[in-house]
Amino acid sequence: MKTDSGPEPLVKVPPPPRRLYRDPSNRIVAGVAAGIAAHLGLRTAYVRVGFIVLLAANGLGALLYAAFWAVLPTQAPAVPRRRVPFLQRAALFALAVGVIILRVQLGGFGDDLSLIALLALVAFGAGVIWHQADPGRRRRSAASSDVPSPAPAPVAVAVAAPSVPVSAPEAVPAAAAAAASAAQARTAEVESLGDRRWFPVRMIGGGLLVVVGIIGILGFLAPMGPNGFGATLTGLLFGLLALAGLVLALAPLFYRVFGQLREERVARIREQERAEVAAVVHDQVLHTLALIQRNAGDTTSVVRLARGQERTLRNWLYKPATSPTERFSAALEQAAAEVEDTYGISVETVVVGDAATDDRVAALVAATREALVNAARHAKVGTVSLYAEAEDEKLSVFVRDRGAGFDLSGVDDDRHGVRGSIIARMRRHGGQAEVRSTPGEGTEVALTLPHSGRDSS
Amino acid sequence: MTEPSESTRALRVYLVDDHAMFRAGVRAELGAYVDVVGEASTVAQAVAEIAAKQPDVVLLDVHMPDGGGRAVLEALRRTQPEVKFLALSVSDAAEDVIGLIRAGARGYVTKTISPEQLADAVRRVADGDAVFSPRLAGFVLDAFAARPDVPVTDPELDLLTNREREVLRLLARGYAYKEIAKELYISIKTVETHVSNVLRKLQVSNRYELSRWAADRRLV
Repeated sequence: MKTDSGPEPLVKVPPPPRRLYRDPSNRIVAGVAAGIAAHLGLRTAYVRVGFIVLLAANGLGALLYAAFWAVLPTQAPAVPRRRVPFLQRAALFALAVGVIILRVQLGGFGDDLSLIALLALVAFGAGVIWHQADPGRRRRSAASSDVPSPAPAPVAVAVAAPSVPVSAPEAVPAAAAAAASAAQARTAEVESLGDRRWFPVRMIGGGLLVVVGIIGILGFLAPMGPNGFGATLTGLLFGLLALAGLVLALAPLFYRVFGQLREERVARIREQERAEVAAVVHDQVLHTLALIQRNAGDTTSVVRLARGQERTLRNWLYKPATSPTERFSAALEQAAAEVEDTYGISVETVVVGDAATDDRVAALVAATREALVNAARHAKVGTVSLYAEAEDEKLSVFVRDRGAGFDLSGVDDDRHGVRGSIIARMRRHGGQAEVRSTPGEGTEVALTLPHSGRDSS
Repeated sequence: MTEPSESTRALRVYLVDDHAMFRAGVRAELGAYVDVVGEASTVAQAVAEIAAKQPDVVLLDVHMPDGGGRAVLEALRRTQPEVKFLALSVSDAAEDVIGLIRAGARGYVTKTISPEQLADAVRRVADGDAVFSPRLAGFVLDAFAARPDVPVTDPELDLLTNREREVLRLLARGYAYKEIAKELYISIKTVETHVSNVLRKLQVSNRYELSRWAADRRLV
């Protein structure tokens, strides 16, 4: 994570030159025809018919198709796979059968057919191996772990936001977003690992196809007869021996290069994580410590600073990245955080279950906030408990302090906080508010809101 | 949780924490209430000394460099069934907390707890009861919540009774045992029994994969 990655998106990148790709999203066999058609601006059906007609030329169509398939990279699919209409499939299939029958009627395929089939086999085998090492495939899995590439935006925000105010609430989602993107990167790693399991199968299978194809071609081209074939075999054997020697000589080199690449990759991931931690520590923790030293005489602000920093760190370390505008629990935690920051108290927040927010839930959160503010102002204690539970049919919130308490009958109508902001607000939204208080023992505000559909995600 | 101490003999308490400053703080705070018989900063030292000194209660830090409280618990739980463990942590991660409870700790409190409350928790644990912080109560409610995707194999272990749920809710709301007893018109002893039962379910139930649950919520 580099701090200077911010302006990058502003640089105008020239559009890349148009390249020929396979298009697996619109395929009958492998998407070669669709890719070529898209590149040339033709209708896909024409290209497909072209390949089939070329089948008549000693199977040239099949060879070309296999060769294109082997060498063309795929593009990251932008659209979900389209179904090619059944009618078109059937028509193309019929055409292919017709072409082959016609060709057989006209005198059959010559010897060239075997040659072309073998060439197609080699192309197919090579394709299996090459696609394994397809840079596009690797780029896709590495994209999310490579920071300077496509997703610098959330990272840049994560770096920038916390440096403005020490315990600003927006620092929390930003840091969480950074954590989320890191998690995403890890998922991608796992996926590419799963892909890697097929690596040996594809390598060996593809290699076998290529070898069989090449031996076949040699056997085909070599003059038939006992001597000729024997000579070819001997040649092949020598060739193999030479290859084995070469592999033996180069293997340590390759091994070292691979090892270096792997180390470099691990180091890069580690560096990225270190930078992420450093950003949090540097921009927030050190800043807070400096402020605490400067305010050492003022206990309230020291407590507030320490508590705010603790909350930010906890959020960064443990909490899922949810938005206060979407989730009930996140909204409550944000309200509690604001009250903590404003009044220098600590709110022990416990939320069980979760729910999506709407207007009524937002009203419940607002009433909760009011209850917390009342407790912070009047209870004269350092800690307030906030407990909320999302059940199937209702949401409940309890705000409790062990502070001064008050006599309920003595509360006048001008105490807008309790009457207007809490009780009336809950009634307006179909909920209930109950205030229990005993002078000297504390106060508890219970809020309930009927609700449909708990979800625990 | 703030009843005055009435024990005839001072409880013998052992501290395990890798932060010397924190150990000194707890020792100073608890000195008036209990007898701190020793302290350790590493798992190996803790295991050896606890076996030798046989304290009543061990205050156990969750995170330590060489395996943490869990390693201590796993090493001693079989051989020292008389020693009670109380987890003390700054971590709020469900996996840490519930992991330690399942390894055999009798309770969990956060390091921000007041000295009186900590002394009270130590006494409770020494008496064989369980100690739940509000947050732990919340975790347990969440973990045992009715969820359609989790099969219930043993209702005795895999579900909380309504009463237990009520007690946990009040705990999560910040009520002390005494207040819970008053609220529900039951005795303090009954409250303690309910909490101990919940602790047992938490330790034995296979109802849900705790690690998976924590991972789902990305609380790891």
